Amino acid sequence: MAIWADKNTRVIVQGITGREGTFHAVQCREYGTKVVGGVTPGKGGTKHEGFDVFGSVREAREKAGANCSLIFVPPPFAADAIMESADAGIELIVCITEGIPVNDMIRAHDFLEKSNVRHVAEGRAASRLIGPNCPGIMTPGQAKIGIMPGHIHKPGPIGIVSRSGTLTYEAVGQLSRLNIGQSTAVGIGGDPLPGTNFVDCLAAFQADPLTEAIIMIGEIGGTAEEEGAAFVKKNVTKPVVAFIAGQTAPPGRRMGHAGAIISGGTGTAGEKMKALEAAGIHVVKAPSDMGQRLSEVWKRK
Amino acid sequence: MKVHEYQAKEILRRYGVPTPRGEVVESADEARTAAKQLGGRVVVKAQIHAGGRGKGGGVKLAKDADEAAELTRKMLGMTLVTHQTGPEGRVVRKVFIEEALNIDKELYLGITLDRKLGLPVIMASSQGGMDIEEVAHKDPKAIHREAVDSILGIQPFQARAVADAFGLKGDAYKKCVDFVQKLTKAYVETDASLAEINPLLVTKEGDVLALDAKMNFDDNAMFRHKDVLEMRDLNEEDPLEVEASHFGLNYIKLDGNVGCMVNGAGLAMATMDIIKLAGGEPANFLDVGGGASAEQVKNAFRIILNDKNVKAILINIFGGIMRGDRIAEGVVSASREVGLPVPVVVRLEGTNVELGKEILAKSGLPLITADGMWDAAQKVVSAAKQAKPS
Repeated sequence: MAIWADKNTRVIVQGITGREGTFHAVQCREYGTKVVGGVTPGKGGTKHEGFDVFGSVREAREKAGANCSLIFVPPPFAADAIMESADAGIELIVCITEGIPVNDMIRAHDFLEKSNVRHVAEGRAASRLIGPNCPGIMTPGQAKIGIMPGHIHKPGPIGIVSRSGTLTYEAVGQLSRLNIGQSTAVGIGGDPLPGTNFVDCLAAFQADPLTEAIIMIGEIGGTAEEEGAAFVKKNVTKPVVAFIAGQTAPPGRRMGHAGAIISGGTGTAGEKMKALEAAGIHVVKAPSDMGQRLSEVWKRK
Repeated sequence: MKVHEYQAKEILRRYGVPTPRGEVVESADEARTAAKQLGGRVVVKAQIHAGGRGKGGGVKLAKDADEAAELTRKMLGMTLVTHQTGPEGRVVRKVFIEEALNIDKELYLGITLDRKLGLPVIMASSQGGMDIEEVAHKDPKAIHREAVDSILGIQPFQARAVADAFGLKGDAYKKCVDFVQKLTKAYVETDASLAEINPLLVTKEGDVLALDAKMNFDDNAMFRHKDVLEMRDLNEEDPLEVEASHFGLNYIKLDGNVGCMVNGAGLAMATMDIIKLAGGEPANFLDVGGGASAEQVKNAFRIILNDKNVKAILINIFGGIMRGDRIAEGVVSASREVGLPVPVVVRLEGTNVELGKEILAKSGLPLITADGMWDAAQKVVSAAKQAKPS
């Protein structure tokens, strides 16, 4: 078991004929993910790198039985791609694209909310959006849905949730070197309005019988970590280790990620670390300590 | 992206948001002519991308055109220091001459994204002139909020609620309702990330105007706002940061002496953090992006080495899908081409890491390899400390 993605997840790649889409569709397939095709509007019915190309997500869902979409569409068109997937009833929408305008995402979230009400009313599953501006979701040994390096992962009991791509790899690398595997690693992305947040992931990891402990990696900006901390205090019984990036970041500057900014004195790493510690979470100051600290607080069964 | 006050007001006027009459000038003579046209009694305002200009001496009242010219002459070229500029301040290159009005009330009106709600939120407070953060801290109940619907935009009843919260009556009430709606429309349609009117002015005659205006925009949406993009003033940005942006590098200059070059924003922040924990001070934030090609590494070296405070550099690349030996080759060839005046510590992760380390070690360059982030941080901090003072 794992959360949201496993060996039965049937993935289509939106933007499969683009450079990034092509490269990563092949990488995911090589890892063993069930990539059942791709979507490029106007190119339906063709083949690309051995993948069936469909003209729309609806067609891909009907003909290939896709239930997950991995999006590599350029920023001006990415919100439309998300909404198309939601409308088609795709259950897991993973958007890698960085640089989507905030206003586009506000509308996409609104659309997603309404289409989910409709899906649920008609007896279908709701759609979950992961990202945008994220590395994707990885269940080691089962499904790699994103741009993360597959080889550093190993199957096991640790759930990871992170706003940063390379820091997720860092945590995974540290765990694997200690011979500790991962249940699922979710990159929720560096944008200010992510589809899936810390609370969603923490709830799913708490409910997942094969996840025994959790690493959460936050960064400056917003209050998602504080909300995660409040949720942990109330609902999570599994040990949680956390790191917050940006302890030395100057206020008022956007640190690479659109969402990583201390504004008006709020969203500092210090504030977040305090809230996490108050919730009983094991906070490490150095990013190099994530794996080690986890190995201390989690008892191997 | 930020714009100057006079530019923000230009944008707002296109949406029918009332502002005082004004003109931007670059000389004392232009200021005199502008002041005469505006009726003589004017406000002279330094144009820099930072708040707190009034307290720093960047906003002055002139009783006539000659005084406006004299104030402008003094202001142009001066370095204005406010609580937002840092101690180095900003050079004033343009001055805005604006008609002086009869102030009855000064209020606060702002719109920005509420990340928790996922919607723009209008904030209104009767304490005009004060920082909204300060009001939020001292008396959060003094701020009236209205969320803007993603599809329908602001509704008239919400604008009325804002005018009520200000305690306005009669003409001013009606004008305020109109102002709030127009400002919100401007915020949404220009893909702004902040529209702040502080103060919002109510005149003795019952007019409602934007006395000051600050607008920031969503960088990711600027592809559809060429007119706003043209307002970008590179004088207000760090030249190294501007140069880095041309290469697709995300660089932010800091005050320390340990340069860093990292792939990924989160890892780049974490690298700064660990340098500090190891007893050093980061000189910059730099995200080379996912690829970390030889070309990008070379560009990044040039940008980092332009900062004369840098005594040592830490390269921290989590290769991921890219092979470690390829990255090492890129680092070596970039180092050869640039010529390294300072020691460089390299921490690589990914496939073929051992091969990568061998390539670095055999290069004959001052490249120090490291295992893991903590080892790398300690090595680079000690290298920076051993560096000869320049």
